[in-house]
Amino acid sequence: MYTQIYILRFPKDTSDKPFIYKLVKEYDIEFNILKADILLQREGVMILELKGSNKASVEAGLTFLKSLGVKTERLATRIRRDDDICFQCGACTGICPVGALYLRRPEMEVIFDAEKCTGCSLCVPICPVRAMELAIDRDWVLPEETMA
Amino acid sequence: MSKAKVQKSYEEINARIKAGEAVVVTAEEMVGIVRDRGPEQAAREVDVVTTGTFAPMCSSGMFFNFGQMTPTIKASHVWLNKVPAHAGLAAVDCYLGVTEPAEDDPLNKIYPGEFRYGGGHVIEDLLRGKKLLLEAKAYGTDCYAAKKMKKEVTLADLPYALLCNPRNGYQNYNCAVNLSEKAVYTYMGMLKPNCRNANYCSAGELSPLLNDPLYRTIGIGTRIFLGGATGYVTWHGTQHNPHVPRTPGGAPRKPAGTIMVQGDLKKMSHDWVRGVSILGYGNTLAVGLGIPIPILDAEMAAYTGVSDEDLFTQVVDYGYDYTNGIARNYGEVSYAQLKSGSIIVNGKEVPTAPLSSLPKARQIANILKEQISQGQFLLNRPAETLPDGR
Repeated sequence: MYTQIYILRFPKDTSDKPFIYKLVKEYDIEFNILKADILLQREGVMILELKGSNKASVEAGLTFLKSLGVKTERLATRIRRDDDICFQCGACTGICPVGALYLRRPEMEVIFDAEKCTGCSLCVPICPVRAMELAIDRDWVLPEETMA
Repeated sequence: MSKAKVQKSYEEINARIKAGEAVVVTAEEMVGIVRDRGPEQAAREVDVVTTGTFAPMCSSGMFFNFGQMTPTIKASHVWLNKVPAHAGLAAVDCYLGVTEPAEDDPLNKIYPGEFRYGGGHVIEDLLRGKKLLLEAKAYGTDCYAAKKMKKEVTLADLPYALLCNPRNGYQNYNCAVNLSEKAVYTYMGMLKPNCRNANYCSAGELSPLLNDPLYRTIGIGTRIFLGGATGYVTWHGTQHNPHVPRTPGGAPRKPAGTIMVQGDLKKMSHDWVRGVSILGYGNTLAVGLGIPIPILDAEMAAYTGVSDEDLFTQVVDYGYDYTNGIARNYGEVSYAQLKSGSIIVNGKEVPTAPLSSLPKARQIANILKEQISQGQFLLNRPAETLPDGR
């Protein structure tokens, strides 16, 4: 199995087309929507985890998306925590869908496991002191060539 | 031979603190001491128990004076970094409240609003030594001719700055859930629909007023840790309500007592006073607060020996009930359950998350313990105790 997380940017005239359906049906790719922001007549952005039987099948699906004008970027974890700002309240642990932010008991310390983070960014606005941030550094988006 | 019951006075405890002989433990450490040795023996061995809490605390703010200029001004509207302060006190005296958003904030127009900057952030920025834009407008009088003022100020430039919080240190607080079918953004954080998460906000067994449930030692004049400096309890807080159901140990089973506290802002630190933005709700201030409790007798030892297993709060619906003033709860949970990571509500397991920082609360209790052990912090006998409802 081959699993990667991608940011997909849909041009505004494509937002009414059933891309994801075709990914499943024709390319046999499993998907998990981590974030979706799609507005009719405007650019849409989705963060998807794509899982295929091998790297080639995921790449075939991506090639299909690109042929229809969808811009794709592979996502490394783009969320980071500023440990000087975080005051360890734990509010984020209630909303992180994958347990990348969790409490270590019994100390009740808030731990951020960047390896588990899928980049959904729900924690960014929830953090009362904005300790979680989306990195804008281009290094966080990995070029396709580096795909392992 | 039966030993006489322990009775210690504030004077005796302070004498031991000054001599460097006082035995000081944190409220967490006291749990095991009382459990193992009983309250009478614990009272014999321990002189002071330190508590702590660090959480968003609405009803906080800063009194400040910004000094005169030439010609003089009697400000009627004042802003600090575009956050309005209340100027109707005197010519250049103001009060800045922490829930006040910046005047140009979009609020909840783009829902849920982010509330990036408000009164709490102004106070944190002052503590960080930043320069803030102070603006004032006035109508002008013969003795105060100026009609406007604009200058950059730092905390050092302000002749006077007092952190003055009319309600802090809530003795217990609701555990919040959302039984409605859409997500709600509350002061208790984001609550998912259909009761899929539960948020709570108390340090539990470390929380100051939960260790002195009937306000025997915490009262007007009690010296405390406030925002990294020394502060005082100056009154009971707004919404102080001793008339609530209590456990056999005296602990309230729902929100009860509160305290008004104040201290010199200039001596505080941004490590312990933090501006806060709560998504969809607004701004506030996270305050570090710690109170030492003198172990005068076995009763105080028993109170401070309270553990998370003995402390309960109620589960309240913020999807419908809270907004509509419906006094109803969905059962009681202990702080031990809340801290374990999940509770049962309506027969269903619901994950919990705290809004109150336990690592910070523990640090505060330890700082106080250190200061008292080294003879740097003495206890005050309250001039008056808080209303206990009796």
